[in-house]
Amino acid sequence: MAAHLKKRVYEEFTKVVQQQHEDLSSKKLRLTKPSKSAALHVDLCKATSPADALQYLLQFARKPVEVESVEGVVRILLEHYYKENDASVRLKIASLLGLLSKTAGFSPDCIMDDAINTLQNEKSHQVLAQLLDTLLVIGTKLTENPSVRMRLVEVACKHLTDSSHGVRNKCLQLIGCLGPVEKGVAKEIESQAAKDVQKIIGDHFNDQDPRVRTAAIKAMLQLHERGLKLQQAIYSQACKLLADDYEQVRSAAVQLIWVLSQLYPESIVPIPSSNEEIRLVDDAFGKICHMVSDGSWVVRVQAAKLLGSMQQVSSHFLEQTLDKKLMSDLRRKRTAHERAKELYSSGEFSSGRKWGDDAPKEEIDTGAVNLIESGACGAFVHGLEDEMYEVRIAAVEALCMLAQSSPSFAEKCLDFLVDMFNDEIEEVRLQSIHTMRKISNNITLREDQLDTVLAVLEDSSRDIREALHELLCCTNVSTKEGIHLALVELLKNLTKYPTDRESIWKCLKFLGSRHPTLVLPLVPELLSTHPFFDTPEPDMDDPAYIAVLVLIFNAAKSCPTMPALFSDHTFRHYAYLRDSLSHLVPPLRLPGRKLVSSPVSPSITPHEDPSQQFLHQSLERVYNLQHLDPQGIQELLEFTIRDLQRLGELQSELAGMADFTATYLQCQLLLIKALQEKLWNVAAPLYLKQNALASAAAKQILEETYKMEFMYSGVESRQVVIIHHMRLQAKALQLIVTARTTRGVEPLFGMCEKFLQEVDSFQRCFISELPHMQGSFVDKLLDLMPRLVTSKPSEVVKILQTTLRQSTFLHLPLPEQLHRATANIIEPTGESDNPLRFTSGLVVALDVDATLEHVQDPQGTVKVQVLYPDGQAQLIHPKPADFRNPGPGRHRLITQVYLSHTAWTEPCQIEVRLLLAYNSNRSKASAKIPKSTWSESLEALPQSENGIEGTIPFSKPVKVYIMPKPARR
Amino acid sequence: MPEIKVTPLGAGQDVGRSCILVSIAGKNVMLDCGMHMGYNDDRRFPDFSYITQNGRLTDFLDCVIISHFHLDHCGALPYFSEMVGYDGPIYMTHPTKAICPILLEDYRKITVDKKGETNFFTSQMIKDCMKKVVAVHLHQTVQVDEELEIKAYYAGHVLGAAMFQIKVGCESVVYTGDYNMTPDRHLGAAWIDKCRPDLLISESTYATTIRDSKRCRERDFLKKVHETVERGGKVLIPVFALGRAQELCILLETFWERMNLKAPIYFSTGLTEKANHYYKLFITWTNQKIRKTFVQRNMFEFKHIKAFDRAFADNPGPMVVFATPGMLHAGQSLQIFRKWAGNEKNMVIMPGYCVQGTVGHKILSGQRKLEMEGRQILEVKMQVEYMSFSAHADAKGIMQLIRQAEPRNVLLVHGEAKKMEFLKQKIEQEFHVSCYMPANGETTTIFTNPSIPVDISLGLLKRETAIGLLPDVKKPKLMHGTLIMKDNSFRLVSPEQALKELGLAEHQLRFTCRVHIQDPRKEHETVLRVYNHLKGVLKDYSVQHLPDGSITVESILIQATAHSEDQGTKVLLVSWTYQDEELGSYLTALLKKGLPQSSS
Repeated sequence: MAAHLKKRVYEEFTKVVQQQHEDLSSKKLRLTKPSKSAALHVDLCKATSPADALQYLLQFARKPVEVESVEGVVRILLEHYYKENDASVRLKIASLLGLLSKTAGFSPDCIMDDAINTLQNEKSHQVLAQLLDTLLVIGTKLTENPSVRMRLVEVACKHLTDSSHGVRNKCLQLIGCLGPVEKGVAKEIESQAAKDVQKIIGDHFNDQDPRVRTAAIKAMLQLHERGLKLQQAIYSQACKLLADDYEQVRSAAVQLIWVLSQLYPESIVPIPSSNEEIRLVDDAFGKICHMVSDGSWVVRVQAAKLLGSMQQVSSHFLEQTLDKKLMSDLRRKRTAHERAKELYSSGEFSSGRKWGDDAPKEEIDTGAVNLIESGACGAFVHGLEDEMYEVRIAAVEALCMLAQSSPSFAEKCLDFLVDMFNDEIEEVRLQSIHTMRKISNNITLREDQLDTVLAVLEDSSRDIREALHELLCCTNVSTKEGIHLALVELLKNLTKYPTDRESIWKCLKFLGSRHPTLVLPLVPELLSTHPFFDTPEPDMDDPAYIAVLVLIFNAAKSCPTMPALFSDHTFRHYAYLRDSLSHLVPPLRLPGRKLVSSPVSPSITPHEDPSQQFLHQSLERVYNLQHLDPQGIQELLEFTIRDLQRLGELQSELAGMADFTATYLQCQLLLIKALQEKLWNVAAPLYLKQNALASAAAKQILEETYKMEFMYSGVESRQVVIIHHMRLQAKALQLIVTARTTRGVEPLFGMCEKFLQEVDSFQRCFISELPHMQGSFVDKLLDLMPRLVTSKPSEVVKILQTTLRQSTFLHLPLPEQLHRATANIIEPTGESDNPLRFTSGLVVALDVDATLEHVQDPQGTVKVQVLYPDGQAQLIHPKPADFRNPGPGRHRLITQVYLSHTAWTEPCQIEVRLLLAYNSNRSKASAKIPKSTWSESLEALPQSENGIEGTIPFSKPVKVYIMPKPARR
Repeated sequence: MPEIKVTPLGAGQDVGRSCILVSIAGKNVMLDCGMHMGYNDDRRFPDFSYITQNGRLTDFLDCVIISHFHLDHCGALPYFSEMVGYDGPIYMTHPTKAICPILLEDYRKITVDKKGETNFFTSQMIKDCMKKVVAVHLHQTVQVDEELEIKAYYAGHVLGAAMFQIKVGCESVVYTGDYNMTPDRHLGAAWIDKCRPDLLISESTYATTIRDSKRCRERDFLKKVHETVERGGKVLIPVFALGRAQELCILLETFWERMNLKAPIYFSTGLTEKANHYYKLFITWTNQKIRKTFVQRNMFEFKHIKAFDRAFADNPGPMVVFATPGMLHAGQSLQIFRKWAGNEKNMVIMPGYCVQGTVGHKILSGQRKLEMEGRQILEVKMQVEYMSFSAHADAKGIMQLIRQAEPRNVLLVHGEAKKMEFLKQKIEQEFHVSCYMPANGETTTIFTNPSIPVDISLGLLKRETAIGLLPDVKKPKLMHGTLIMKDNSFRLVSPEQALKELGLAEHQLRFTCRVHIQDPRKEHETVLRVYNHLKGVLKDYSVQHLPDGSITVESILIQATAHSEDQGTKVLLVSWTYQDEELGSYLTALLKKGLPQSSS
């Protein structure tokens, strides 16, 4: 075969040479042959030295090659390959072969034989390695063909005995990527070659070259990833590799051990040098723990990370990881943690002045001390004390994962996590605070721990403080002193960093509602009430006082006896705060007072039910109306919209849902109104003015549909269909209006065509949903499609108009959860009367701090807009790092906006607002639809439709007073 | 058998005046050259007369290595090089070289100016001594001479502290100096690769201690200081001018900043500025955090810490003072201690190890009444706290380092005998390597089994590996070649090349042997029978019957002649070269058994 091909290629080659002499016919040749290959060939023939040839090849590699000419080029290259004496040129050719076989649409099976053949006579190890790499590329393109794979694996096995590490490396890689995974297939072809792939790879675990050892382990892992079940026998081999001299081997071996421990957690392995046996997962855990004190930090990070995911490990081993026996001069000493705990349990804590207990106590039996524990002992103690913060972070993460799955471990690791709050690197501190928050369900903080935690509140980093507030929100505190301590520290924090106000209030809200019984005894002290004397009324606007009240009111919610302790002004303040800070102050039942709170509060029945019922009922009512003619419908819609909007304001849980439906109904209403305009009856030239309403309605509907699609999180494909359908209707409306108002047919042609294309793409994208859309606009439209395509624009418009009128109102199904993206700009507050002065032409930085809720991918979508009084608008893309993620569904944007303008005569206000950018390409529909259909339709769609980009303002604008001064000369 | 000899002149079962002599493969190296804090007489310096009674030390030592700048590791250096006399190279790291003279000068001042001693080294001597110093970088291999090479590893103990690997040929020794396996606020942890030395000489200050996590220690320390300051008391922290002091400074500085405290922190003596200057310079030797943040702010530029003036000690109100020296044996720290000792509100925190005989050691061991110079009795009412901030590896750390380096032998120095005993037993038990702990002046001899490198020509290697099976790691492989030992080097070459190099002609050695066979037949028939027989037996070899009536098996020749006397006996002449000895002897044995009778 190869010889034949060679001959063929050779023929081609001779032709070219002959024709090169005659200038005229060379043109002819280029017409008949793929031009690329011929040109390359000519170049290569001209090359006098290997260096020249290499240059040509390098140049050639820069240009893409069309699918049709790939094969020709490959042949030419191979031809040269056989003739070439210089290894570097052969190397380049080999690499080019690999590159070419990657070309999309090219099936490389035709060149596989040649590539394999070239291997046979190759002497240079480098070229061999490159050729094997090429084969790997070919193999990965032909994964569906088992015989090809078998063949390649066979070739690789043959070259495993090569003396060069590079070649062995590639062979192992090839086997790892292409080796047979399914048992059955392997057996069928067993006769030909494949012995056990695992065995072949396993034999190279103790290759003399560390790079080959690494490659062998990686190949094994690759096999695992491809679904082959690794044999347990490898485990002991892998364990030996943990003691390897080279870090990359150890690092890979740790992974392999982890994989095996996940595969065979329950098997029993013997402990060397004793008769005992333990579970494999425990043994592996011990071994990986041991690697946490490895010499190379890469391995340490790797090991620490993997520990977190070994959840099947038995608790006995798990708890050992936090164990470290202390001694001093051979006497047992207790750790500071143990001492603190003891002090606490003996009720003697808080002074911290008794240090005598530091002294070592009992003597240790020298024989019993084991300085190097085999296994898990103290792994986390080491990991958390590591030199590199990467290791510490990995250890904290692992702690977090393990603690989440084991409450008892969570309790034990608390001390260590609390210690990490004082780490020198901020990232580590932050990470440990987050970790603590995640496991806070399982734990209760002791007072001494709380003390350490609260000390961090003075940290100068805002992130740390806010993370800590988040943590305190969900912490369980055990004593009233603890609550008091937390309050005092939080107030200290408040005076030190007034900007933390919101966050601290929120924190106290949760603290109060979680610990009502602990707050109760503190109330008189906190409100500074006195049994006999009236105390002065505190300042209502003092943030610290508000903070205390927030704590108390939230505690009082579930503690009915508490209001008895309030003094008069407290009740007044309650009423005020309930109104002004309703999100922080809960409704209370106060004695001698009418219920201030919402009507639902007396019954403890879930709030949602009636309001949700109401929502559904009102929707039902609307959907029951089939035809959209009479006046009554309009009114009904208007009322329903009003109801929904009000409902959204009242019930925050339903706000997203209510708004969403209201918007939809609004669109519908607009559509109906537009269609009922008189203008449709008037002759075209007369209503140029009147169409304002209809076209404005169309425009508004379009806008609203984009809002519906991109501003709500939780929208499913069912809703997306409806939204797109609504948009289609709006576009139809637009088309009709334009058709009516413009004269001449030419512009209409384009518009009609575009519209039809949109209908087409709609059909493609949502083909699965079409059956649900009986009687709708698009359903009817699709029925008429053949007619539409052939008819003239004017007819199209007519058809559209009637269909629009006749089509039914689509039922909008509601998803489980629907949240509207909201943004709230905290800073700038817009209250300042002092203008921000700066020299014109220079820039001033404006700090912007905003909270975002329910925004998906804020890094990509949220923009800041600055509107200057002269109408100039500026759009700013915040850096991805400016977004923090304090909790699920919530984001925080802290960024700086640079302002600049030419000089003004007097200060003026600019507006800052947040925008949500969207791109109809990123439509939510795309995620739901299988890839292939989508990409197809993408290709078919015209560009304009693809990339409709726009922005939706989703925050209230904030006004900032600025004053650019003229520069002094 | 080659051996490594180790003799500690100081620090053998003791802490202070570290000085260890190592002779390895004919090279003599002195590791550290320190003074002893506890003595003020001749015992403070190592006894250099052990090396040689008369004559320059230069002739007996190939080089001197200083691990770090603490005086118990470098304090005797000017005395040794200038007063006793040594002109050879002295190796130390760059920070050590920079900071060492400051400390030596300080030491000289205290001894000469304060105590009025004579016959001590002078400033000029310190300068001259430092001129002999060669600075090395981390992981840089320095060739002291053609055979001796040294290499420094990071030790973490103080700025610039290093462990040194001393290597001659295949034999090597690692000397750890003082090291720390847990990172602290300003330095990283010691690290060494798997260098598998023949001998690891390790310090063992905390041989019997396993310490709590450093975070707890730090918190304890800060709490103690904070509480005393809030009570209005004064805190004295005796430190060595460099090292621990900087760590504690960073700790307090950050704490002060975080807690917004106002009480002043002082750092005694002018040393600070100079020393901090060096700390600022050698950022690469510090820990990850300082290295990463120094672009924004160099951590050693303290905001809250000011220079101390003697008059400040009498100021009212709380303060924190760092004063030198660390063991309260002399100098400013002792002065301040005397002033403050009477008030129970005050506190002294000893952040490190105290040598026996110093005031620090006495108060730590619980003495409340101290006899000072001039028969004064000082009553100590202030609180005495001990905070293990000393940056030495604890027992676990030492074991961890041994695990990392995988030495064949371990030798413990720089620790107390009783504690060493425990660690020694542990090391032997857990690593199965022998462990030594010589006292001062006691020589330990360690026999090594060095591997001897032999150069082999590539051609021969390729040829020999090509024969036979694949190379297998587990099995030794037999090679044929000629070993040439010439000019202290070994080479393995092919026989042909060896002959050529030596100018010798090749000689062939043949063995011949006669085998008598009873066979009445004609000679050529006998030959044929022998041929058939051999052909039947030796299937894997090429057996040929040559036209001249002889048989060849590979290169072995067999001829048959009739016995001159007895025609019934045929004599088979078997001849082979010595390379084919194995086959040849097998063949004769086979023929001696006779031919099978069955064949006709």
